Amino acid sequence: MKNCKKKVLWLIFSVIFILGLIYSLSFAGEVVKTTDPSSSLPWWFWPLALFIFTFILGILAVLAGVGGGVLFVPLVSSFFPFHIDFVRGAGLFVALTGALAAGPGLLRQGFADLRLSIPMALIASTCAIIGALVGLKLPSNIVQILLGITIIFIVIIMATAKKAEFPEVKEPDALSQALHISGIFYDPSIGKDVEWKIHRTPIGLGLFMLIGIIAGLFGLGAGWANVPVLNLILGAPIKVAVATSKFLLAITDTSAAWVYLNSGAVLPMIVVPGVIGIMLGSIVGVRILAITKPKIVKWIVILVLGFAGLRALLKGLGIWT
Amino acid sequence: MDINFRGGGEKKMTQNKYVKEEQMAYANLLDIGMKIGLAALVITFIIYLLGLLPNQIPINELPNLWKLRAHEFIEKTGLPTGWGWFKNINKGDYLNYIPIAFLGGLTILCYIRILPIFIKKKDTIYTVLTLLEILVLVLAAIGIFKVGH
Repeated sequence: MKNCKKKVLWLIFSVIFILGLIYSLSFAGEVVKTTDPSSSLPWWFWPLALFIFTFILGILAVLAGVGGGVLFVPLVSSFFPFHIDFVRGAGLFVALTGALAAGPGLLRQGFADLRLSIPMALIASTCAIIGALVGLKLPSNIVQILLGITIIFIVIIMATAKKAEFPEVKEPDALSQALHISGIFYDPSIGKDVEWKIHRTPIGLGLFMLIGIIAGLFGLGAGWANVPVLNLILGAPIKVAVATSKFLLAITDTSAAWVYLNSGAVLPMIVVPGVIGIMLGSIVGVRILAITKPKIVKWIVILVLGFAGLRALLKGLGIWT
Repeated sequence: MDINFRGGGEKKMTQNKYVKEEQMAYANLLDIGMKIGLAALVITFIIYLLGLLPNQIPINELPNLWKLRAHEFIEKTGLPTGWGWFKNINKGDYLNYIPIAFLGGLTILCYIRILPIFIKKKDTIYTVLTLLEILVLVLAAIGIFKVGH
């Protein structure tokens, strides 16, 4: 009975969210057309809309188990009048502050691992600079096309990626042994200490080069790529992979964020409502998550993200401007 | 992925007994820095919104500017890039760049914090890796890598 009540509540909640999201997106689309110098909209309209929009995104991101940073750029660049340069700059700070806020807890609990993060972060943050420099040079339509393709790829990964709670690592590779990358953490869900080690470190480092470039190029959080690499390729337990991925974002995105900031692509009027909206939304999301966790939200987010990816692609191709 | 970890706003978890010294030092500094940075971000933005300080760019001009490419925006407004904003922190809009830059620099401070721990432990590989990361982030922060201008 209690379970049934929960399901009904979640159904109502999901319907409200979908309707709200569709309404806000269609409304955003309408106003984009009127955003020219003669627009009668007051200046505060879009920052306020961004705050409300990112607040909802923050809730959805937590419920769907994805990072807010990966949702921010495709959705905001599709449905708000800000140039994608500023959206990417803001997206990096959105992902960065979310990761910085989560960092202390994850490190203290031992889920995020500093020794695992440092080599990966060095590679990813260096490549993120390259990505950011290239991204700010590329014509906007090319960025939109590439963003669209990347987002569609991310959607496929999100929909199909497997995870391994405790991957089997028979023999750690020589590089991970040299770097002493291994650890022990207490897993409250099974009530015991879990020892872990990693393998295939050189492959992982190579993939983090690519992840860094993508993060810098599009201003995206890269949890969608970090987690499968850390978990499925390197063999870190899923909890360590998710937490270390979140922590890693703070370092990867820092280098790219500086490139955007120094190139004049960071506007406080976009960054601050975005950051605060997502953070407040995440806090509300965590409270909702404590009550129940609806699978449907993940699929709603995947669908909306896929739609935004398609929109970015068509926008870049000049088909849907 | 279906696992969520949230640090901010969550109940304080007990520390893992296996967490190493450098990891705790990093976490403690990050915790304080993040709180200061976020508080400053909110305060400076309120000052900006309330118009308590004059703005470099009139706030109602923004809708005509935020649809431009970053380099067009800079050309049209004549605003400085790099650390040029620092000279104008008495302006409401520029004041916001202080917490933004602080949050951007927080990771560098955390790395500087753990460097002596690796040195003390004679952990040569991680000392070098930490130094290299500081170098990369500092080079990015000082504006060597930027587009245009």
